[in-house]
Amino acid sequence: MKSLFERDMSVINVGLQSFADNVAAAGGTVTNLAWVPPAGADAALGWTLAGLVGDPRIEAANRIAYDRYLAAQPRLIDLILAREAMPGLSGDNRRILHSGPPIAWADMCGPQQGAIAGAIVYEGWADTIPAAEAMAAAGEVTLEPCHHHGAVGPMAGIISPSMPVWVVENAEAGNRAFCNLNEGLGKVLRFGANSPEVLDRLTWLGTEFFGVMQAAVRGLEDKNLKPMMAQALHMGDELHNRNAAASALLFKRLVLSLGKLDLDSDAVNRALTFIAGNDHFFLNISMAASKSMSDAAHGVPGSSMVTVMARNGVNFGIRLSGTGEQWFQAPANPVDGLYFPGYSVADAAADLGDSAITETNGLGGFAMAASPAIVQFVGGTPADATANSRRMLTITLGANPAFTLPPLNFGGTPAGVDARLVVDSGVLPIINTGIAHRKAGVGQIGAGITTAPMECFNDAIAALAVSLDAIPMPEGATT
Amino acid sequence: MTVNFRAYPNLYKDSVSLMTVSAQVMAVPGIEAASVVMASATNVENLAAAGLGTFDVKPNDLLVAVSGTEEACDAALAKADELLKASARDGGSSETGATQPVTSLQMAVAKDPAANFALISVPGDYAAAEAMKALHLGMDVMVFSDNVPVASELALKHYADAQGLMVMGPDCGTAIVNGIPLGFANVVRRGPIGVVGASGTGTQEVTVRIHQLGSGVSQALGTGGHDLSEAIGGISMLHGLKALDEDPMTEVIVLISKPPAAEIAAKVLGLAEASAKPVVAIFLGADPATITRNGVHGAAYLAQAADMAVGLLKGGKSGTGTITIKPEQRRKLEDIARGMAAGQTFVRGVFCGGTFCFEAQLIHAAAGHTGHSNAPTEGNGKLADIRKSIGNTILDMGDDEFTQGRPHPMIDPSLRDARVRDEAADPSTAVVLFDVVLGYGATLDPISGLIGVIGNAASKAKAQGRKVAFIGHVCGTDQDPQNRAAIIQSLQSAGVMVASSNAEAAVWSAAILSARQGAAA
Repeated sequence: MKSLFERDMSVINVGLQSFADNVAAAGGTVTNLAWVPPAGADAALGWTLAGLVGDPRIEAANRIAYDRYLAAQPRLIDLILAREAMPGLSGDNRRILHSGPPIAWADMCGPQQGAIAGAIVYEGWADTIPAAEAMAAAGEVTLEPCHHHGAVGPMAGIISPSMPVWVVENAEAGNRAFCNLNEGLGKVLRFGANSPEVLDRLTWLGTEFFGVMQAAVRGLEDKNLKPMMAQALHMGDELHNRNAAASALLFKRLVLSLGKLDLDSDAVNRALTFIAGNDHFFLNISMAASKSMSDAAHGVPGSSMVTVMARNGVNFGIRLSGTGEQWFQAPANPVDGLYFPGYSVADAAADLGDSAITETNGLGGFAMAASPAIVQFVGGTPADATANSRRMLTITLGANPAFTLPPLNFGGTPAGVDARLVVDSGVLPIINTGIAHRKAGVGQIGAGITTAPMECFNDAIAALAVSLDAIPMPEGATT
Repeated sequence: MTVNFRAYPNLYKDSVSLMTVSAQVMAVPGIEAASVVMASATNVENLAAAGLGTFDVKPNDLLVAVSGTEEACDAALAKADELLKASARDGGSSETGATQPVTSLQMAVAKDPAANFALISVPGDYAAAEAMKALHLGMDVMVFSDNVPVASELALKHYADAQGLMVMGPDCGTAIVNGIPLGFANVVRRGPIGVVGASGTGTQEVTVRIHQLGSGVSQALGTGGHDLSEAIGGISMLHGLKALDEDPMTEVIVLISKPPAAEIAAKVLGLAEASAKPVVAIFLGADPATITRNGVHGAAYLAQAADMAVGLLKGGKSGTGTITIKPEQRRKLEDIARGMAAGQTFVRGVFCGGTFCFEAQLIHAAAGHTGHSNAPTEGNGKLADIRKSIGNTILDMGDDEFTQGRPHPMIDPSLRDARVRDEAADPSTAVVLFDVVLGYGATLDPISGLIGVIGNAASKAKAQGRKVAFIGHVCGTDQDPQNRAAIIQSLQSAGVMVASSNAEAAVWSAAILSARQGAAA
C-alpha cells in the first residue's frame, strides 16, 4: 500500500456507479466498469477464475503458445488423397471424419448423416444411400472428428480415405494440417446432399481435378499462404464467409504453375473453370492454414489459449492449448442471420462445421472489419463490423501483425483467444457462419453471425485450474 | 389484484440502480408491490415468498415483478422498461464502434495499465473474486461489499500481505487515499494525521473532527469490520499501520476499532509501540488505560481520538480525554428535562451510522442508562422486534435487518425519518437522538424529510402537553458536497440541539435522562 502513497492513484470502480462519480468529482482518475458477474454468475467458478488471473504459469505458457502461433508459416505444399495424408485413414481403415467435437451417428444432425452416407457410397463400401445409413448406424464405419487427425472440414466436414485433401505445412515447426476440397454451392456433400450428381462431382474432384491440381500445387513457385491471406484481408475478404479475393489470388498462381506444365488442356480448362466459378474455393485452404497455425500453439501445459473451436450441428466444442485432447462442449448458440427467400429459422440446422478454425486463428468474425462487403449479409453496418473486431481484441492475447486490418488503422487481427478473458468479461468469440438446412441435402439457406457458448469456456477454465496442480510455480511467486 | 412480471435476459445492473428503478415503479398509482432485482436464487425465492410469482430465469437475468391493478401493472412494467432502457443507452456502445464497454478488471487494465487501485462494491458472492483478480493484477484493493466468506477474506489478505499490497475490507465503508474519497467519505483537508479504522462511520467521525480542528489527514485507511477478528488476525490493520509508519507525510497515527481479541490487540499495540510516531488508539468500549503504553495513547470516544491526535501534533500533549458539558449547556438541558411531561423517561436513538449507535449506547450505559438495541453493546438487550422500541432503545438503521432490499439510510433516509416520527410520538420518549452523515456517497438531501417530521412531531407533542428533546450531530465538513452550515442551521431552527460530536450528543442525552430520573425520584 505504501508505494501507492507515492504515486498518482488510478482507480478502477467495480460496482456502484456513484462511487466512480465521487472519485471523479474529487478530481481522481477512475474507470467505471460495466461489470457483469463473470462465469455466467457462477460464483464458485468466478473464484476459481480469479485465481488464474495473472497466474505466472499461465502467463508464461501463453507467451510460448502465442509466440509459436505468431511464428507459424503456413505453406500450401500438396494435394494428396486423405488415406496418404492421415495414418488413421490409410490401409483398410473404414473411417470417416466429420466436423466438430465427437458425436455418435444417432445423435448427428441431418446434414452430417447425409454427408456420411454419401461418403460411404463414394468409397464404394455400400451401393445405396439406405445401405450406407444402415452401415453407419450399425457401427461398421468408424466416425471421428477431423480435429483428431490434424484435419478440418467445413459444414458437415466429411473426409473419407479417397478424397483429396490440401496439405498445409507450418514451415516453422513442421506440423501439417489438412482440409478437403470445396465443392461449390448448391447441392453439395458438406450440406448433406448425396444424390448421384453430388457423388459424380466428388468422383471428378477425386480423379481428373485431383490430377491437375496436384501437379499445379506441386509446381507453385510461391507456396507461402500468410502473405496471400494478408493481401486478401486488404481486398475485402475475412477468409471465412468471404474468400473472393483469396480465391482470385490463388487462381493467378495456379494458372502460372499450370502454364509451365504439359497437361491435357481440356482437363485443365475444366479445373480452372470450376475454380473460377467458386468464390469460396479458398475457404478450405484458409481453414487448413488456420489449423496449422493454431496447432502450432497447441499442447503447452498451463496455456489458456483456445486452439480449436468447432461445431458438429448439435454441440459447439473448444480445446485449449494447455488441456490437451479434452473437448469442452455445449449446445451451439442460435445464429443471428439472414435467410434466403423461402427459408426461416425453423428450417435451420444448429451451427455446423470446423470453419470456426478461421476465427480461432483471428480471421472470419474476428477480422470482420476487413470485409464491409458482407456485413449486410450478416445483418450489420461497416461500423458494427469494426466494432466486432475491436471487441474481439478484448478477449485475445494480442493482435497478429501479419494480418492487418485497414479500418483498425492497420492494427493486427485479434488473435489467440484467452479463455480467462472470455469467462471474465462475458464477451463471446464471434463466428461468421453459413446456415445449413436441417434436412440433409437441401444446402445452405442463409448466413449470419453467432457466438461460441459461454459454457464451453467455463468448463475449460475449471479443467485448466485442475491441470495447474501439476505445474510448479516459478520461484518467488505466491499463489 | 394482478401479478405480472418481465424478465430481461443477461442484463446486469447494480443494486442501487435497481432500487432506484424499484422506487419509481412502486410510485406508479395502483401498484401494491414491486421488485426490480437480479434473478439470483435468493431473490427469486424472496419474490415467491412475497407472492409475486415463480419464474424460470437465470441468475444473470434482470427481473421486474409487480402486483396491483391490471392497469397499474401494465403501466409499471412499461415504466420499468423505459427506465432500464434509458440507462442502457447511457452506458451502451457508441454508434461508431470506437468504444467498447469495459466489463472486466482485465479489460480495464489493458486499457489503462497505470490502474493501481480497485474499488469493489459488487454483491458479496462475487466481491472476493474481483478483489483477488485486482490483487493478481498488482492493485491495492478496497472491498466495500459485505457478506464475503471468512475463508475468502483470509485468502485475499494472505495473498495481499505476501505481495506488499493492502486489502481494505470486505465491509469497508470508507477510506481516503491520496486525498481521494472512496465509498462513504468526507472531504477532508490533507495533513499530517494518518488513520486506520475498522469502522466506517468511526473513521468518518475522526477524520471530520481532525478537519474541524484545523488539521488534516494524510491517509485514512479502512480494514473492514472483520479484520480484527481472531480468524483474520488484523492483517489489514497491521499492514495499514506499517504503511503509515513508513509514510513521510504522516506524523501522528490514529487506530480505530471495536475491542479486538486480546491476542490481536497485543499484536496491534505492540506494533504501535514500536513506531517512532505517536499513536492514538481507540478500541470503542475498552478502558483507555488498558490501551495506553509508551507512545500509544488510549482514547475512550471517537471525538477524543481526534482531539488527542491534533493535540499531539501541536504541543506533544494528547488532550484530556473526557467530554465535559459547559455549565450553561447543563442548565439548558436541566431546563428541558424539567419542562417534560410525566412519563417522558427514555432515549430513542435513531442512527444511520453503526458506530455512532454503538458509541451512543456505551455513553448511555456509562451514565447508567441501559436499554435495548438491534445491535446491542454489552449490558444492553437485543430488541425482540426491531419495529418496537422498549425503554431506552438505540437503533442502527443501517443494519441488515432494516436495509434488506432497501438503500442504506445514508443514501435514502426515509426509513430513518419515519422512525424518528414514531419515536417522537411515544409518550415515554424524552429524547430523540440521531446522526446526520454527510460526504460523498451520502444523499445530497439528508434532512428535508427529517425537518418536516420533527416540526410535525413537536407540534403534535405540544398539543398533548409533551416536549420532546431532539438532539442531533452532523458528521461532515464544510467542504462536503452537502452544505454543512446550512444543515446545522435548519436543524437548529427546527428546535434540534446540534452537538459537535456524536459523543457530545450522547452525553447531552444521558444528562437529560439522569435529570428525568432525578425528577421522578
